[in-house]
Amino acid sequence: MSKFIIRRALGLIPTMLIIITVCFFLIRVAPGGPFSSEKKIPPQIMKNIEAKYHLDEPLVMQYGRYVVNVIRGDLGPSYKYKDYDVNYYIGEGLPKSLLLGTLSILLALILGMAAGMFSALRQNTWVDYTWMSFAVVGISVPTFVLGPILMFIFSINLKWLPVAGWLDEYGVAALVLPVVTLFYQYFATIARLSRASFLEAIRSDYVRTAKAKGLKTSYIMMKHVLKGASLPVVSYLGPAFSGIITGSIVVEQIFRVPGLGRHFVQSAFNRDYTMIMGTVIVYSLILVIMNFLVDVLYGYLDPRISYS
Amino acid sequence: MKKLIIAALLVMMIVPAFVFAGGQQEESTAVAAAEPVVFKYHNGAEPESLDPAVIEGVPEHSIYMALFEGLVTYDPESLDAIPGVAESWEVSDDGLTWTFYLRNNAVWSDGSAITAQQFVDSWLRFLAPETAAVYAYLPGMVIKGAAEYNAGEAGPEAVAIRALDDHTFQFDLTGPAPYVLGMLSHYAFAVVPLHTIEEFGDAWTRPGNIVSNGPFNLKSWTPQDKLIVEKSETYWDKDAVKLDEIVFYPIDDTNTATNMYLNGEIDLLTDTPPNQLDKMKLDDGYITNATFITYYYKVNQTKAPFNDARVRKALGMAIDRQELVDKVTRGGQFPAYGITPPLPGLYPAVVAFEEDFDEARALLAEAGYPNGEGFPETTILYNTSEGHKNIAQYVQQKWAEVLNIEVQIENQEWATYLDNMQHQNFDIARSGWQGDYVDPNTFLTDLLHSESGNNDGRYASAEFDALLAKAATMPGGQERLDVLAEAEQLAIGEDMGCIPFYYYNTANWIDLDEWGGWYPTVQDIHPWKAIYKK
Repeated sequence: MSKFIIRRALGLIPTMLIIITVCFFLIRVAPGGPFSSEKKIPPQIMKNIEAKYHLDEPLVMQYGRYVVNVIRGDLGPSYKYKDYDVNYYIGEGLPKSLLLGTLSILLALILGMAAGMFSALRQNTWVDYTWMSFAVVGISVPTFVLGPILMFIFSINLKWLPVAGWLDEYGVAALVLPVVTLFYQYFATIARLSRASFLEAIRSDYVRTAKAKGLKTSYIMMKHVLKGASLPVVSYLGPAFSGIITGSIVVEQIFRVPGLGRHFVQSAFNRDYTMIMGTVIVYSLILVIMNFLVDVLYGYLDPRISYS
Repeated sequence: MKKLIIAALLVMMIVPAFVFAGGQQEESTAVAAAEPVVFKYHNGAEPESLDPAVIEGVPEHSIYMALFEGLVTYDPESLDAIPGVAESWEVSDDGLTWTFYLRNNAVWSDGSAITAQQFVDSWLRFLAPETAAVYAYLPGMVIKGAAEYNAGEAGPEAVAIRALDDHTFQFDLTGPAPYVLGMLSHYAFAVVPLHTIEEFGDAWTRPGNIVSNGPFNLKSWTPQDKLIVEKSETYWDKDAVKLDEIVFYPIDDTNTATNMYLNGEIDLLTDTPPNQLDKMKLDDGYITNATFITYYYKVNQTKAPFNDARVRKALGMAIDRQELVDKVTRGGQFPAYGITPPLPGLYPAVVAFEEDFDEARALLAEAGYPNGEGFPETTILYNTSEGHKNIAQYVQQKWAEVLNIEVQIENQEWATYLDNMQHQNFDIARSGWQGDYVDPNTFLTDLLHSESGNNDGRYASAEFDALLAKAATMPGGQERLDVLAEAEQLAIGEDMGCIPFYYYNTANWIDLDEWGGWYPTVQDIHPWKAIYKK
C-alpha cells in the first residue's frame, strides 16, 4: 500500500511538468500581449518594457528561466498588477477560495448524503419526491441564475444579508449566499448519486441478512450500508472538489469574494502570462492531489480493491 | 443517524458563527466610538498599480487624486486648475516659460519637505525610457526636450525643466500650448517621494512603505477586495478635507455594483448594466451630463474601397444617429457629427456633415458601387460587449437598408481586438476616445494626425496636419480654436477620416441630499477633497 502511495505521488511530478510546458507555450500563441493598450505605446518604450520582463529573449530561454523559478517557488511578477508578484496574489486569494469551496463541499456532502439516504429509505413517498425535485432544480439551475435570485430575495428585498463583501466587513453573514449558491449544484448531484447507491445497497443480500437477524434499521444503515453506498460519492468527490474551487469563479464575481477564481479568468483576458501560469499550476495541483487522495481512499473503503 | 446529522450540521454552522461574530462585535464598538465619515466608492476595476508613472486607467486616477497632488489640482466644479503644491504661478509674455512658486507648508506624509528639485527629479523619472510610462507622450507633447529624452534620443539634461531654488520650479514649452495648465493636474506631472522609492524599490507603493502628499494616505489594500485611504494629518489644506476615509471597491460586475448601491453598501455607483438602465434612470440619485468621450468607427484607409473618401462619407451619412441614441443606446447620448465633444464656453461641437441618405447613395455610386453592387465583403470589428453588438447590428441593418450593402459583424475579446486593430488587420472597427485634457487637440491630433500612434485607420492628410501645426504655434484664444474647427471640418466633413456616432454622457448615482461637494463634470472627474457629508 505505501509503495503504491509513493509511486502515485512521484507520478504527480511529470504530470505537473507536462501541464506547465503545454500551458506556457499555448498562451504565447494567443494574439496580443500583456502590454497591449488602447493607447498605442511607442516602439522604443515597448522595447524597454519587454527587456524589463525578459520578454525579448527567445521563448525557450524564457521557458527555462520560468521552470527554474517555479522549482524555487517563485511564480514571477504579475504583468498587469505591477505592485505585487503572483505569489502574493495567490497567497491572498487561495485561502478565501478554499474556505468557500471547503464549506460548500462539506455542506453538499452531509446534506446530499442525508437526502439520498432518506429518499432511498422512503422510496416513492413524498419524502423521496420532495428531496429529489429539490435536487433536479439544483442540477438544472446554473449558479449565475441562482446567485442573483438569492441576492434579490435575501439582500435587496428582505435585507437580511449583504449583497457582496467578505468576512472583515460582514462576518459570517458574508458567507451565506456564496456558500449556498455554490453548494446547491453539488448537493443535488451527491443526493442523486447516493440515493441510487443506497437503494442498491439496501436490496443486497447482506442487508437482508442483517434485517433477518433483527438488527435496528439505524444500526444497519450506519454499520453496513453507509460504507458501501459512499463509494460512488467518494469517486465523485475528487473532481467535484477541484471543480468547486475552480468553478467558484462565477460565484466570486457575483458576490465579490476576493478569491483566486477571478484571477484565473481575468489573467487570460489580460494576457498576464505569469498570472495565468500561476493559477493554472495551483488549480492543477489541487486537481491531481484530489484524484490521488480519492485513489488512496478507495483502497480503504472497498475491500475488493487492493494495491499490492 | 438523523440526530447525528442534525447535530453535526448544527455544530458546523454555530462554531464559525461564534468565532466570526466575536471579532465583529469588537469592531462595531470601535466604530461606534469614533463615528468616522466614510465614503464608499464603486471603483470599476482592481488598480494595476499606485505608482503615478505606471498607471493609465480611470480607477487608478481616482485613487491618485486621493493620495497625491501635483503643482495644481482640479476645481471640483469646473475642473479648472487651482493651486496645489504650487500656491501661485506666472507665464512669460511669449507664453513659453512657466514659473511655479511652491508653498512652504506642502510636505510628504512622513513630514519631509517637498522641493522644486523633487519635481524635476520626479518628472525626469516619469520620462526616463526605462520607466516606460504609457502617458509619457503628454509631457512629451508640450515640454521642450521631453519627447527626445523619452525616445532615448537625448539625455535628461535636454528636458527644459529646472529648480531655480527650493520653492521655485520652471519649465519651457515647445509652443504656446494654452491648455498646459489644465494638463498639470494629470498624474503624468506628479511629484513622487523619491527617497521612499530609493528605499523600497518596486515595493514602495505597498501599505506601510508608501509616502504620499495628497489629502489622504493609504490605510490598507486587499487585492480584489478593497483599498482604504484615510485623511492625511500632514496635508497643507487638511482643514478643507471633510471625509475621514474613502473605501475604493473594485467591482467589475455592474449587476453586483447596482445591487450594492440599492442596498446602501456603496455611496456612489458609476455604471449599471444596459438591461437595468431603464429602471435605474428612475432612481433619485441618477445624475447624467455630457462628457468628453466620443464613440466612433475607425475605417482602415490602407485598403480599398476605404481609401476612397466618397465611400467613407457614404457610410458615415447612411446612419440615423438620433434613432441610434433613442432606440439602441438609450442612455441619453448626443448624436455626433464631428469628433470633438462640445466644450461649453470654449468649443461648440462642429457639425461637419449632415445625414443624407440620397447623397450617400450618390457618393457610393460615384465611387463605383451603384446601388451597392460589387461592394467588397466588409466586416465590422468590435470588442465583445452587449452594447457594442447592439450598435454594430443597427449599423449593419442601416447600411443594408440605405446603401444595399451587406456587412458582417465580428466580436473579439479585448487583447485580440487591439492586436488586430493596431496591425491594420480590420475593415471597420468600433472605438471610443476620452480626452486627456480639455482641448480639441486631444481628439484631433491624437486620433487623426498622420503620425499619431492611435490613428489606426491611417487617415493621412497633409492639409489637416498643416492646420494642426499652425494651431500649435498660436496663443490661446478664439483664433486658434477657429483653426482647429477648420481642421475638424476638413478631417470629418470632407474626408470622413473616421465615422463619429455619438458623444457619451456620464451616468452616476449618488444621494446629493446626503453628500455635498460632488458636481457633474465634463471629464467625470470628482476631486475627493471637496466631498463632505451633509
